[in-house]
Amino acid sequence: MKAIEFTGVSFRYEEEGPFVIEKLNFSVEEGEFVAVLGHNGSGKSTLARLANGLLVPDEGAISVFGTPLTEKTLFEARRNVGVVFQNPDNQTVATIVEDDVAFGAENVGLKREEIGERIEFALRAVGMEAYRGATVARLSGGQKQRVAIAGVLALKPRAIVLDESTAMLDPRGRREIVDVVTRLNKEEGITVVLITHFMEEALLADRAVVMNRGEIVMQGKPEEIFARQEELVTYNLALPRIGVICNRLRAAGMPVSNTLSAEQLAEEIAKCV
Amino acid sequence: MKDVSFGQYYPVSSYVHRLDPRLKLLFLIAYIVAIFLASNFYGLAACAGVLVVIVIAARIPFGKVLRAVRGVVFLVIFTAALNILFYNGETVYASWWVFDITKEGLIFSAFLALRLVLLVVCSSLLTYTTTPVSLTDGVESLLTPLKWIKIPVHALALVMSIALRFIPILMDETERIKNAQKARGADFESGNLLKRIKAMVPVLVPLLLSAFRRADELGDAMDARCYTGSGKRTKYKKLRFTWRDLIAFLVGAALIAGVVLMKIYLPAPY
Repeated sequence: MKAIEFTGVSFRYEEEGPFVIEKLNFSVEEGEFVAVLGHNGSGKSTLARLANGLLVPDEGAISVFGTPLTEKTLFEARRNVGVVFQNPDNQTVATIVEDDVAFGAENVGLKREEIGERIEFALRAVGMEAYRGATVARLSGGQKQRVAIAGVLALKPRAIVLDESTAMLDPRGRREIVDVVTRLNKEEGITVVLITHFMEEALLADRAVVMNRGEIVMQGKPEEIFARQEELVTYNLALPRIGVICNRLRAAGMPVSNTLSAEQLAEEIAKCV
Repeated sequence: MKDVSFGQYYPVSSYVHRLDPRLKLLFLIAYIVAIFLASNFYGLAACAGVLVVIVIAARIPFGKVLRAVRGVVFLVIFTAALNILFYNGETVYASWWVFDITKEGLIFSAFLALRLVLLVVCSSLLTYTTTPVSLTDGVESLLTPLKWIKIPVHALALVMSIALRFIPILMDETERIKNAQKARGADFESGNLLKRIKAMVPVLVPLLLSAFRRADELGDAMDARCYTGSGKRTKYKKLRFTWRDLIAFLVGAALIAGVVLMKIYLPAPY
């Protein structure tokens, strides 16, 4: 089944304004891990807001797990597709970790005991079970974002969309988040859409999608995308250093794969030599 | 977040932390009434004694309590100074132009200063020992009667808790913007009051803009987590009145009764 499906979707923020997303066809399979890459203003964040009904498309249709997204199915869609946003400080409602994680579950009217179980499940899934009673403000950026993911998981979504959730974090925090979502995808079978402008985060995805000016311009396995360096540059996406080295080595005739991990590249070079 | 310890939850587990927030709110009100009813030092001493017991029971370090007082030090000194200078007493120690420093003035201003300090410490103890969420739950529960006349108590309580949560964040942000403007040559320290107030405009405008942006994002995040503001919402933490609360209630009632009795039976002049 398709987890999220956009058919001919167009959207603009102001009437008469330019379309941020134009006639977009895009779909994510259930259980898939998709990375959406794009420069600022490519429409990738709008994509996240359309997927769970925070924005309503001007044209076209969106369906979520087979149900067309309409005003009536809005809340079903929001329960199924959780969105984690960019700034951890602007998406926590409560001061204490468990209160914040409970927020979504309280909103849908679950019973007390069940909310407790959901909190436990969600915090364990993001590896924050030891911080249940902690003050959110005292956590690191990566930990705050993990709490935000837990807050979404408490609604037991079948898919989560991370809208540049790593953009404000340090490298360590970014790695924490990517590890958590990868595990959620592999172990819990949750569909993941990771929107980012850090290319190395796309490496673990099943599929990478590159957006530019509201359109999908490239699509395929992350390694394949990274190999097309010149094309990426035209969309204002710079390949990380390691990727550039890989491409150069290959051009010089060394049979290395398209990896973005320094360790793997080192191993492959060692084998060649 | 350096200086704002007022309004910050202090996360330890204690008897006071576990009390019902409604009781704590009512106790605070009763305590404030008691402070203002007290007409002599015996009464205030009793109030202060109770406060010390609460601080110990709440396992709050005394340094933390002092930090709450630091915020009002200026106000305390200012009112005390005015009282010392203007109070009309009998025993004059020193005199200059229209000002007399009298024994009664000194005692009276000490009395007022103590009252103010107790007031601040007690209020900050409430926020040290109660999370904003349970505090707002308490307010919401106490204001339930207003629901009958169709006032959206729940929404108001949520607004209050979010406001409390954003205080430290916006404080941090103010500091950041201030530094950014200083780096661009803004001067906040020199000039008269009017000039200094004017100098704050380039800080307040970006702060306000950012607050709106944050509010917008928070709204989206709340929507994304299925918030509707409807009555179908459930509560994870239910307020329950227990024996713990009963004991605290009795202590509070005894305090107020004691202060009232002292007012009646002990000689008034401090």
